[in-house]
Amino acid sequence: MGGSGVPTLVRVSPDLPVRCHVVTGKGGTGKTTVAAALALALASEGHTVLLVECEGRQGIAQLFDTPPLPYEERRVAVTRGGGEVRALAIDVEEALLEYLEMFYNLRRAGRALRRMGAVDFATTIAPGLRDVLITGKVKEAVTRRVDGRRVYDAVVVDAPPTGRITRFLNVTSEMAGLARSGPIKTQSDGVMAVIRSPQTAVHLVTLLEDMPVQETADAIAELTAAGLPVGSVLVNMATEPELPAAELVRAAEGRLTGADLAPGLTAAGLPEDAELADALAAEVVEHAQRWAAQDALRARVHSLGRPTVELPLLPGPMDLGCLFELAGRLEDHLGAEVAA
Amino acid sequence: MTAAADGATPRPARPARQAPPVDLAALIADPDTRIIVCCGSGGVGKTTTSAALALAAAEAGRRVVVLTIDPARRLAQSLGLEELDNEPREVDVPGIPGRLDAMMLDMKRTFDDIVVAHSTPERAEQILANPFYQTLSSSFAGTQEYMAMEKLGQLRTAERWDLIVVDTPPSRSALDFLDAPNRMSRFLDGTMIRVLTAPARAGGRAGFKFASAGFLIFTRIISKVLGGQLLRDISAFVSALDTMFGGFRERATATYELLRRPGTWFVVVATPEPDALREASYFVDRLSAEGMPLAGLVLNRTHPPASTRLSATRAEAAAEAAAEADDGSPAALVAGALRVHADRMTLAAREQRLADRFTSAHPEVGMRAVPAAAGDVHDLEGLRVMAEALTGPDGDTPTGVPRTRVLPARRA
Repeated sequence: MGGSGVPTLVRVSPDLPVRCHVVTGKGGTGKTTVAAALALALASEGHTVLLVECEGRQGIAQLFDTPPLPYEERRVAVTRGGGEVRALAIDVEEALLEYLEMFYNLRRAGRALRRMGAVDFATTIAPGLRDVLITGKVKEAVTRRVDGRRVYDAVVVDAPPTGRITRFLNVTSEMAGLARSGPIKTQSDGVMAVIRSPQTAVHLVTLLEDMPVQETADAIAELTAAGLPVGSVLVNMATEPELPAAELVRAAEGRLTGADLAPGLTAAGLPEDAELADALAAEVVEHAQRWAAQDALRARVHSLGRPTVELPLLPGPMDLGCLFELAGRLEDHLGAEVAA
Repeated sequence: MTAAADGATPRPARPARQAPPVDLAALIADPDTRIIVCCGSGGVGKTTTSAALALAAAEAGRRVVVLTIDPARRLAQSLGLEELDNEPREVDVPGIPGRLDAMMLDMKRTFDDIVVAHSTPERAEQILANPFYQTLSSSFAGTQEYMAMEKLGQLRTAERWDLIVVDTPPSRSALDFLDAPNRMSRFLDGTMIRVLTAPARAGGRAGFKFASAGFLIFTRIISKVLGGQLLRDISAFVSALDTMFGGFRERATATYELLRRPGTWFVVVATPEPDALREASYFVDRLSAEGMPLAGLVLNRTHPPASTRLSATRAEAAAEAAAEADDGSPAALVAGALRVHADRMTLAAREQRLADRFTSAHPEVGMRAVPAAAGDVHDLEGLRVMAEALTGPDGDTPTGVPRTRVLPARRA
């Protein structure tokens, strides 16, 4: 996977590693989880990674089991070799006030506006403004240097869902309806330069289900048309078949009955029970059919022509241990690519 | 939990509460049922549930219209919804006693229709061409919910159907559907809009001289941030729309009231996942606070095993025994089958645990578990299977597990 010239998880261009990872996906595909796992994977070997939340859901805090994140960068996990993941939940109002202070020296007036509900109003009537503020913050973190050294080796963004991702990233066109000059315009041009550069990659999280795969295909087409760099497709919650391939095909065609299983069941020490054998056969048929449907979608995902990683469906509730396990899978993928 | 974990105090053996059954078959057949709203967080299968309920009602002889919001492409095709004309069309279902119509909401078009219906042609043209209106009608958070409500009101007033089944927009929070119309009318009627458009209302730019110094600072900052053009668009939009404002609020209130009238029922849909059930829980609380009637919870995409006679643990053990006795393909097949069953039992146990948790918080809420289909539901046949799972008799399942549950209740 990931020959030269093909955009991959870590490098879109041969010389420049991707430092800004934007993770999107249809709602319910687990993009927050995947973004968090990706941040952990990138933070291994002593790297410092920022994980950014844009939609005020506090999903990151829940995943890392920490109190709700304030609008400041907080360490949420440490990794091998002294690496760490910091998280930031962007508060759009605060970000706007920051701008007003930075460019117009209007901290106090800004506060007053906020009390009047004006800040909320401005971000409501101009949804593009929200996006400009969020992507601006992301760009700032990606390019931030202290004493000449980069603060973050990588920034991972838990971005809006696939349906909105192109508009979210396409800051320049969003700005068309807003201020056409002045600091915010200048700022948005700077943001666009980073987002379109090979140091950014937009990764798409999908499940092996009809709708998410369709939306992924649509999003790739849209992103490409807008000149935005598409990275990998991350297939989440993938399952492995439990049966040998030949049996799987047979079961998927419904040609498996209790009679095929009954002798083996008694041999395995279970009492003779034709009804149970039939029930197990029915479950196997369903399993095989589900798997066949997934496999067809898997082929569709591969036909999208992007590097693809599969993350397994983990049993039980999602916790930090699970995140590290998923991160491990992503790390293997990263390692394989670096070696390639 | 803690006490039991220390072993200091033994936990009393109290059987978990049982969720009461939901009789959706009776609900859809009852001539007094006029509106069914399917709600829940995004991705839980609201659209499919709505379509399946509507189909079942038409098969029970009712004249039904289903208002879907954002159906999957193939499902839309199976309902004959390729054409987006924002009007209900009859679905061709051979041999049903009732009638099934379906439509897909086009929110921009619905909004445009309201504008046209409530203003003079010149005014309407002005509004429709206004860039701010275009943003508002196509991307304002909440417009879709508001327009879904609006469309529901229209369908109800038309009196062409005796049952309307409504799917709700795919928002993250199920509550958005109830909150959006108010939020939108509050916004259009809010202080900020009034302040910003004061000059226009007072008669053009001359109005500025009445404005206070504070207001001037405010507009200056806002126009720096948003651009002066946008402010002018808003101003023009609001003055053009001024006559409609009262209308907007009244309509939102009227439709909201419709949801509280007898004959309206809510069906909350959730998948057996913590997030979806948490949303369902909020929604149930909200409905009861608003005095809106809840029919019950549809626990969608469950994975009941085909037999509950063999536990996960025993199946795992037998799978190992089968694998050890390895004598070729049949052993691998049997071991695989046993692992499939063990996984299925474990998954079902998790789903049942989540359902139980919901029931202990809402013991009065009826529940109906609907097993996941092997693939996507995208044709009438798939909808029929789902309709049967939604409306079939409670105890009539192959394993005898009532349809309120994923696994049988533990014997006390």
